[in-house]
Amino acid sequence: MTPLLEIDAITAGYGGSPVLHEVGLAIPQGAIVALLGANGAGKTTLLRTISGLVAPASGRVVLDGRDLSSVSVEDRSRSGLAQVPEGRSVVAELTVDENLRLGGLWRFDRRQLTAAVDEIYDLFEPLSRRRAASGHQLSGGERQMLALGRAIIARPRMLLLDEPSLGLAPRVVAQILGVLRRLRDDTGLTVLLAEQNVTSALAIADHGVVLSLGSVVADRPAAELLSDGALRHAYLGF
Amino acid sequence: MDRLLFLLATGIARGAIFALFALALVLIWRAARIVNFSQGAMAVVATYVAFAVTAFTGSYWAGLASALVAGAVLGYVVDRGVMRFAPHDSPLAGVIIAIGVVMVLQSALGIAFGQQYRPMAAPFDQSPILIGGVPVFSPYDVFVLVVAVVVMAALALLFTRTSLGLQLRASAFAPEVSRLLGVRVSRMLTIGWMLAAAVGALAALLLVPTELGLSPHSADMLFVYAFTVAVVGGLDSPVGALVGGLIVGVAISLVTGYLGATVAPIAVLVLLVAVLLVRPGGIFSAREARVA
Repeated sequence: MTPLLEIDAITAGYGGSPVLHEVGLAIPQGAIVALLGANGAGKTTLLRTISGLVAPASGRVVLDGRDLSSVSVEDRSRSGLAQVPEGRSVVAELTVDENLRLGGLWRFDRRQLTAAVDEIYDLFEPLSRRRAASGHQLSGGERQMLALGRAIIARPRMLLLDEPSLGLAPRVVAQILGVLRRLRDDTGLTVLLAEQNVTSALAIADHGVVLSLGSVVADRPAAELLSDGALRHAYLGF
Repeated sequence: MDRLLFLLATGIARGAIFALFALALVLIWRAARIVNFSQGAMAVVATYVAFAVTAFTGSYWAGLASALVAGAVLGYVVDRGVMRFAPHDSPLAGVIIAIGVVMVLQSALGIAFGQQYRPMAAPFDQSPILIGGVPVFSPYDVFVLVVAVVVMAALALLFTRTSLGLQLRASAFAPEVSRLLGVRVSRMLTIGWMLAAAVGALAALLLVPTELGLSPHSADMLFVYAFTVAVVGGLDSPVGALVGGLIVGVAISLVTGYLGATVAPIAVLVLLVAVLLVRPGGIFSAREARVA
């Protein structure tokens, strides 16, 4: 398959200290790729570099053949690259409805936006009962659904997800991962899923990439990764 | 009783101006996390523009419109030309830069216009109307209240009913997340500065005719009182600015009327300290988020 997202020898970090060392990846259109690794492996930094929040020291990010090096965070989003940051970062002061509308403002007119918001409520039914609730009134699971719904409302081509299962009940994790698979199957959404919950992530992923100390140490089909006991033990802790 | 009613009415009218000016401070704080100490000086510059335009055209209303435009332009210039260069990791940097802007603007006004007070005419009579023999609001007080209510209602509509308002709020509360959602946060910040500076200019323009007149320092006390209002109400809270403005306005009026004008600043200080002791974030400060 043609890669939708290419990460070409990215070196990036904070304050002159590199966290990623010449990381290279190619993510095919319509694939779910699990990005795995221990705390501090560089998963979040890689996602933030792809979305433009961290400027790489070298290397480039290419989306659908377009080099994003000089493209702002906002324009990357408008090009079809969506990110759900770690920590379920809903805007706590806005209502559920406002959070969802915010995600689609640039893409839709008022009527289309209302329809798109309703589609998200269909996808995440619990949210539809909390439309007027503020972000700070939501449970962790509701916040994660809202963050994901808000990211996909503008119909991105590429979704970056950072630790969506963190601190959530297994039932909610299963629901969220199920939605991801459905979106991939129905809309062709491509997903890069950074996760520490290795089993859950690989269960829905086509491919797995393991990061260790800022470098890619494995890049294989998900089933292969699951069956490689030595690799799992060395880098994934089980 | 008559005196009390009169003082309450005067306090509410004055409080509406404080509320408007405090609202300008709140807008900037929410957008940029900067207490804009240059708000007073910026507002006075816009008021001088109004003064000049009114003198030239003979129309108060042309002057008012020009003050709004001048305020917005100044907001744009201060944001893009100065504040944008403040280091984000130092909370003091914005404050120090703002104080620098105050010194530059007040010195420039002093050089251009001198330090003397220039009387500014009000568009309506400032003598209190007698209702049942009791002096209450003057026609100018009514004008001030109407303007304050209209401006606050318009801002409330803007922020709660429009997509621009939604983007302004989101950019203020969660700039990084907003950028990830395609919101042009930098542009929203500038619009916030322009709105705030225009509202601040309007507040100064409404105040100056009730004071000694226009000078480079006309808004100094207005800033002090409005800053108190913003802190009392909660720097994050537009509703706090409104309620705090009325509380401080009425308090100053009552203290001035019953105890003398020299006691008023002390009363405001006592109010400020009392609120900070009981509720440090202000009366209407934001609620905490759920943990799980």
